[in-house]
Amino acid sequence: MADKILKELTLRVWRQKDAKSKGHFETYKVHNISQGSSFLEMLDILNEQLISENKEPVYFDHDCREGICGMCSLFINGRAHGPDKEVTTCQLHMRKFHEGETITIEPWRTGAFPVIKDLTVDRDAYEKIQQAGGYVSVNTGGVPDGNAIPIGTDDAEEAMDAAACIGCGACAATCKNGSAMLFVAAKVSQFAKLPQGKVEASRRAKAMVAKMDELGFGNCTNTGACEAECPKSISIQHIARMNREYLCAKLKD
Amino acid sequence: MSGFMTSSIGKKVVMSISGLFLICFLLVHLTLNLFLIFDDSGDLFNMGAHFMATNPAIKIMEPVLALGFIVHMIWAAVLTLQNMKARPISYKVSRQSGNCSWASRNMFILGGTVLIFLVLHIFNFYWKIKVSGSPLLAEVSVGGVEMENTYNLVSTLFKSSIVYSLLYMVGAIFLGLHLTHGFWSAFQSIGFSNDLWRKRLTVVAYFFAIVIGAGFSIIPLYFMIKF
Repeated sequence: MADKILKELTLRVWRQKDAKSKGHFETYKVHNISQGSSFLEMLDILNEQLISENKEPVYFDHDCREGICGMCSLFINGRAHGPDKEVTTCQLHMRKFHEGETITIEPWRTGAFPVIKDLTVDRDAYEKIQQAGGYVSVNTGGVPDGNAIPIGTDDAEEAMDAAACIGCGACAATCKNGSAMLFVAAKVSQFAKLPQGKVEASRRAKAMVAKMDELGFGNCTNTGACEAECPKSISIQHIARMNREYLCAKLKD
Repeated sequence: MSGFMTSSIGKKVVMSISGLFLICFLLVHLTLNLFLIFDDSGDLFNMGAHFMATNPAIKIMEPVLALGFIVHMIWAAVLTLQNMKARPISYKVSRQSGNCSWASRNMFILGGTVLIFLVLHIFNFYWKIKVSGSPLLAEVSVGGVEMENTYNLVSTLFKSSIVYSLLYMVGAIFLGLHLTHGFWSAFQSIGFSNDLWRKRLTVVAYFFAIVIGAGFSIIPLYFMIKF
């Protein structure tokens, strides 16, 4: 079955020359977009068009285009990663849009993620949080060593669910408070549930939360918006676990 | 505990503990207030009010309660300001209705309306009972004990003014809305939640919010309809 063709779409795209410049919205028209194409392919078509008109193409982040690398971002029509559920922007398809629609495309807007150019933002803040404690300090050996320590299915599953986080930044971008709690909680949880990571659980929670606060992310108010927009459907129960870990760690201090 | 109170999670814990404390207060307050509609002679409510006014434990709790309110409000203001600062440039288009509840997004505004109501409420009753006095409070004897006629003060306000009655009902509804998110959120903030408990706590939160919202609304409604 052939995909339907969207004859015309209006795009309102945030353009910003560099980090220091003041940005603005630019309106573009794209024509004959297959509903089977992905959102990023649609942006590729826009960029081809801009290049042929001797204009500068729109900068946006992307890498694997398989929904697993966490590079793509974009706030599309007021939603992180667009109107579809549990997908990254690269996995968002044009069938979610209708003929003649005006699509507003903005970069992540969070103080801790400054815009680099157009729609690309600097997500180094997440790297810094990860570096503050999101690791296991000892050598845990190879794959066979991992199997030497039996781990209950529930714990393994929960750790794996948390480890599904790709660090795309949608949580902080969608949170009305610009809070990074879901990301940090996923990283804290993925280790805290496993014997290799449990040893450093207290130190990790304290260090990562301190770094998160230092970088200017907001405070969590438990709205649950992050979980709803997370392309990997990471549950806010991990935030509860981090709160618990952090509280216990601080009580022991 | 160094740096706990200034950390994001620590501040949320303060909100949570003070919130849970205020929730306990609401339960006590509602229980006593319901005496208003179960005895039209007013004796039951007057006895309850007299007990609360003379009980040494309540005397100690009074300033603690005031502190609970103040802490809850100050921390809420600090958190809200910091959260606004975390997003210096806002989105042109933002659709949050699909991913979280209205109450959860507007806790500060809901809290603000509850505060306005609280000021009015203190002025209406607490101020008159404790400070300025009122001819409506002329002493009555219940079971041989002389006490202020608090029932008269409260019932007269609701019987005489539809505006006040409606304001009190609106206040109760806003408080109920605040609790639909606040109740569950308090448990999440101290880490007492997971996917299973979240479902349970949200159900309890809605139930509790309805009990508080409807419970406090019934009282002015009762006086409006009956008298």
